[in-house]
Amino acid sequence: MKNEKENLQDYLQETLYAPLDRKKFLKYSALSGGALVLGLASCHKDNNGGGSNSNAIDVGSGDPGILNFAYALEQLEAAFYIMVNASFYSGATTAEKQVLSDIMNHEIAHRDLFKAALGSGAIATLQFDFSSVDFTSRASVLGTAKALEDTGVSAYNGAGQYIASSDYLTLAGKIVSVEARHAAAIRDLLNPKSADFAGDDVVSASTGLDFSRTPNSTTGGPSIVATANTFLKTKISATKLP
Amino acid sequence: MKSLKIFEEVYSKEVIDKNFSRREALTKGLGFGLKAALAAIPFGILDVLNNKANATPDNPTIVGILNFALTLEYLESTFYTTGLNTSGLIPSSDVKVMMQISKHETAHVAVLKQTITSLSGTPVAQPNFDFTAGGAFSDVFTNYQTFLALSNAFEDTGVRAYKGQAAGLLGTGAVLTAALDIHSVEARHASEVRRLRGLKGWISNAEANGLPAAIYAGEDNTTEGTIAVGTITTAPAVSITEAFDEPLTMAQVLAIAGPFIKS
Repeated sequence: MKNEKENLQDYLQETLYAPLDRKKFLKYSALSGGALVLGLASCHKDNNGGGSNSNAIDVGSGDPGILNFAYALEQLEAAFYIMVNASFYSGATTAEKQVLSDIMNHEIAHRDLFKAALGSGAIATLQFDFSSVDFTSRASVLGTAKALEDTGVSAYNGAGQYIASSDYLTLAGKIVSVEARHAAAIRDLLNPKSADFAGDDVVSASTGLDFSRTPNSTTGGPSIVATANTFLKTKISATKLP
Repeated sequence: MKSLKIFEEVYSKEVIDKNFSRREALTKGLGFGLKAALAAIPFGILDVLNNKANATPDNPTIVGILNFALTLEYLESTFYTTGLNTSGLIPSSDVKVMMQISKHETAHVAVLKQTITSLSGTPVAQPNFDFTAGGAFSDVFTNYQTFLALSNAFEDTGVRAYKGQAAGLLGTGAVLTAALDIHSVEARHASEVRRLRGLKGWISNAEANGLPAAIYAGEDNTTEGTIAVGTITTAPAVSITEAFDEPLTMAQVLAIAGPFIKS
């Protein structure tokens, strides 16, 4: 019988990579070269995971839309790490606690900065559903952290070219590299001193490019919006973003 | 030949000085000033960075930025290739990490050359490097801790260098995305190498950990845009500095990288 952690891993595997297997996904992504140009997505009522529906909070359009999309992801990350830090999984080492505590504070800073920057244009505070995470399990916690950090990196990288303001682009750049530092550190905790910190599953072996995805891109599986929604009680949509 | 004169004056006084100790090199050597660093860059590279070497690139500014990035990638790829080819330097425990980084830097060189060519630009030729920086790091390929320290320096500088050019690539679509996709990989590298050195994967305040202060200048910033982040969050002050990596200008990066570029 599978435990919750394995179910989560299966789930993430499915949502992030289905229907392509990992090798095909890598090939496909490498071919796209991170330069996918998708038209503006229309509002789909049924895009596999609640990417958008009539009750969803839409992040909006243009730069405020991208900032709100980032704000939603940062809210999700902050909420996750607050849960992790509230009661560490058994056997967590001092070094692991330090990493997870540091990351929590970084995500809180990111979340709060977006809220302040967006002001009255900010989307609401989101409600979360972490029932798929076993917070007592190291593998579940670090596996989820890895997925969230990698998703964050690909989301910022994919949204960058749609940002109109150079100030916001630079701000996104200041944050995405920290998300990438997190991703590498979490991956290093899971598989120390291996190639996984920048593994071939996230960085193309042929081009050395990190994967990037626009909010609604379904290349390689459900979109980032849909994946985020699996952790959200209040669903979000990004109908006016690529 | 005005530049050459500056080169002779500044470099002879500050870099080739026989009394220029390793300690001085570590504390100020790489940040010894923009003028000296720019003078230390071989003229051919400066020409390319200024686009004099590009007859009719589609967009001179973009090609200049990409050639700047290519120069840094040449430096990194040569550094790791040399390290991996030096018997006994890298402990077996760390070889997988260094091979992965090396693979990426070599791929970045190819991607950037291809991109520059596709924009009708001319990729800058690979310079000759001196990873001892005139003798300041004479044991770079015999002492693994020195090698790791320089790796740390190059990766953190690379992150800041790409970040500083992002705005210059605004509106370039796939070119910007490719630059961002390299930028985050450099950050993954930086995090891992820092952890190999026993440091946190992220940069606290402007702590240089034995590296030249110029590499971390401004990393202690806590104001983003017009927002003093400390006033709107409960995150501790040091966490705010860690949470936002800061950019460097092209000139700042050249001041750091210049001493490693021989000709």
